[in-house]
Amino acid sequence: MSAVVDNHGHAAGHDDHHGYQGGVMRWIMTTNHKDIGTLYLWFSFIMFMAGGGMAMAIRLELFEPGIQFFNPDLFNQFTTMHGLIMVFGAIMPAFVGFANWQIPMMIGAPDMAFARMNNWSFWILPFAASLLIISFFVPGGAPGVGWTMYAPLTVQMGVGMDLTIFAVHLLGMSSIMGSINIITTILNMRAPGMTLMRMPLFVWTWLITAYLLVAAMPVLAGAVTMTLTDRHFGTTFFNAAGGGDPVLYQHIFWFFGHPEVYIIALPAFGVISQVIPAFSRKPLFGYASMVYATSAIAILSFIVWAHHMYTVGMPVSAQLFFMYATTIIAVPTGVKVFNWVATMWKGSLTFETPMLFAIGFLFLFTLGGFTGLVLSLVPVDVQLQDTYYVVAHFHYVMVAGALFSAFAGVYFWLPKWTGRMYDETLGKWHFWLTMIFFNMIFFVQHFLGLAGMPRRIPDYPLMFETWNKISSIGAFGMGLSQVFFLYIVLKAIRTGEKAPEKVWEGADSLEWTHLPTPVPYHTWETPPVLK
Amino acid sequence: MGRSTARRTATWALALVAAAFSGLALGLEWNLQPAASRIAADIHGLHEYVMILVTVIFVGVFGFMFWACYAHRKSKGHKAEQFHENTTVEIIWTVIPALILIVIAWPATSVLIAQRDTSNPDLTIKVTGFQWKWGYDYIKGEGEGISFVSKLATPRDQIENKAPKGDNYLLEVDNEMVVPVGKKVRVLTTAADVVHAWWIPAFGVKQDAMPGFIRDLHFKAEKTGTFRGQCVELCGKEHGFMPIVVRVVTQDEYSKWVGEHKKAMAAAADDPAKQHTLDELKARGEKVYAANCVACHQASGKGTPPAFPPLDGSKVVNGPKEAEMDVVMNGRPNTAMQPFARQLNDTEIAAVITFTRNNWSNKVGDLVQPAEVKAARK
Repeated sequence: MSAVVDNHGHAAGHDDHHGYQGGVMRWIMTTNHKDIGTLYLWFSFIMFMAGGGMAMAIRLELFEPGIQFFNPDLFNQFTTMHGLIMVFGAIMPAFVGFANWQIPMMIGAPDMAFARMNNWSFWILPFAASLLIISFFVPGGAPGVGWTMYAPLTVQMGVGMDLTIFAVHLLGMSSIMGSINIITTILNMRAPGMTLMRMPLFVWTWLITAYLLVAAMPVLAGAVTMTLTDRHFGTTFFNAAGGGDPVLYQHIFWFFGHPEVYIIALPAFGVISQVIPAFSRKPLFGYASMVYATSAIAILSFIVWAHHMYTVGMPVSAQLFFMYATTIIAVPTGVKVFNWVATMWKGSLTFETPMLFAIGFLFLFTLGGFTGLVLSLVPVDVQLQDTYYVVAHFHYVMVAGALFSAFAGVYFWLPKWTGRMYDETLGKWHFWLTMIFFNMIFFVQHFLGLAGMPRRIPDYPLMFETWNKISSIGAFGMGLSQVFFLYIVLKAIRTGEKAPEKVWEGADSLEWTHLPTPVPYHTWETPPVLK
Repeated sequence: MGRSTARRTATWALALVAAAFSGLALGLEWNLQPAASRIAADIHGLHEYVMILVTVIFVGVFGFMFWACYAHRKSKGHKAEQFHENTTVEIIWTVIPALILIVIAWPATSVLIAQRDTSNPDLTIKVTGFQWKWGYDYIKGEGEGISFVSKLATPRDQIENKAPKGDNYLLEVDNEMVVPVGKKVRVLTTAADVVHAWWIPAFGVKQDAMPGFIRDLHFKAEKTGTFRGQCVELCGKEHGFMPIVVRVVTQDEYSKWVGEHKKAMAAAADDPAKQHTLDELKARGEKVYAANCVACHQASGKGTPPAFPPLDGSKVVNGPKEAEMDVVMNGRPNTAMQPFARQLNDTEIAAVITFTRNNWSNKVGDLVQPAEVKAARK
């Protein structure tokens, strides 16, 4: 296998299957899964900075009681856009980026199944993101309704709401196209001998996630379309005066929204399932049970949505059903956690940066899982619904879960992708700073929620002041640490030491065992043969 | 020397840590607010029980992990064993969590069922969420017929940091909901515009208020006192500024309050037939404006366009009065401008319209009499 980029000998005008064009056109025209993966990852980092900037603004306003910097209207716009941008702009595209880079290499396929659609899936995203950002500058500003966009508050919003609805449609199209591509690639393009039950777990989690996306995203599209027609075309889906019901919106939204949680979490599980065995130098303890647990979580995720809305006033029987169904998710999730710990048990452990982030993930994600169990109990949830406890809980799942695993993935695969090592000392600093500041922001928010601080408020009673100050200081530290991450990555790409041919001793999926470092522009033009 | 420095440093560090912890224990809010009802006490018990269980499991699982991190390190020369898949172990760690869930779900179910039993109340009160205040109507039981609106009482100056903040900053209202101690109170929630949520942490009750639908909750306060909560569903710009305050009093005090409140309501009732002068209406209107309009349209009348348009110089305010009456009374669909016909009486509506037409740079010079508002009601 040649390590030289294969762009020789093709006349101009030939399609770009083998080489690539220079300059910016390379990125606009590319159909190469590695290029598109890179685009997704950089896009997601830019969005992460934008959404993070809004989080800083929120924490700045909440540093002390009183209104200091932003009027309540703008504050609500920040909370809304922080949520939408982080979920749809940062976390989801980051894992699609990993999928693009890794899935073809891991299953022995030359590229994604629909290479041109892959290009389109990505290039929709910058337009959708622009709509979200532009909404701040139209009359009335961005919608101040929260990322959940509950009716009927949405009908009071200005044209920014319509831009947001359109952006959600575009983001949904992109996700659905990406998922179709991933499903098709995995089911049809595996190398001979790569049976389903031999695929790396990262590929498995993405296969299941892609099905979740195909099933859930159209539901969200339906919800926002009904919002659009309620706003402009005289329908009353969510208006009781016309025979509608605002709770209907919440049911539709969360029928999408709960699977969405696992759309974000499952690929993160996949990354962790590659990293932990590699640095334990030991195979994953229960491969088959991990696959079954992931599938079980995915199926259960469709029957628990109403636990986000225990206080809307549903019958006791419905509350009981959703409570029991929700607690059952703890079983397959527990299986996964036990498997990761059992993988580490009696291994030969080393603690490079990817492993540190994986351990950080395991520890904090489990903590977030336990607060999820607390929240699943209806009577307790009645006290905690819509408080900072919920904010703390889902940031443990979204940040310590998804984001930590994305960091683990970047440090793990960057040397393979670029042929250059990141600076291990700086990587460790990044981990510890992120770990400490993350907990400083969000651990104290559990106390705020228990003590009764509602979420999405721009100002608060005096008794909440100290925890809010601590949380805000943590937020500024966390924000700066991520700029540091950018520096580490740029330093690695530009001046990093050359990565050794075998980067990690214990890594054993195809890209590590069968491909040179750095991986060439095209891989698996002839499929590998697996015995 | 070195040793004593080290000891001194250690002592100081310990003293600092101790001071920090005692400060935290005294000054900060760690846990659920003290329960003032049986349901809240049950919820707290359930919460503690679950927390103990999950803490034990957490320490157990991560005990294994950190032991592995400590003992099974490559740097200590530990060689990786290659075992994997063990059906017995996998069945055990599937079944045991499932059993633990049953142990948790059992008490949760019984608390939930008690929590939702709103039958046979002594007193029924309807609570209506408005952007951004609460309306209370006593509809059954002692005090039937009492009706008032409850708004944030914290002065704007405190919110804008122009005055020192009071003890109950953002948790104080002009009219508190008053209920007798030891009586089962059923609260019906609804809303006039968007979704709100009514919550008193000390009673362990929270219920969304849905526009166009009635939901219910109940509580039985076990001690007297003032209990405070906030709206907990994002309801627009002033979501953070619509607190809920319930004052629990003894039965005697409650009966007294009911009597006084009814007398005060009768005395304060405006006669819609009365003819007012322009100055009378302007003076009254200024108060109504400050209580109902100022959050959006601002004291300056400039609003915060485009969501909240200015009244100063507005075409509607300076145009025919019938058009302005229509907007104030019936609202503007799909905006935060709500129909005030249900919230304000004839005199208040007449006064606030007169005020806006003759204040700031608006000099229309006419006035609206309560009788005209009464006639315009549909």
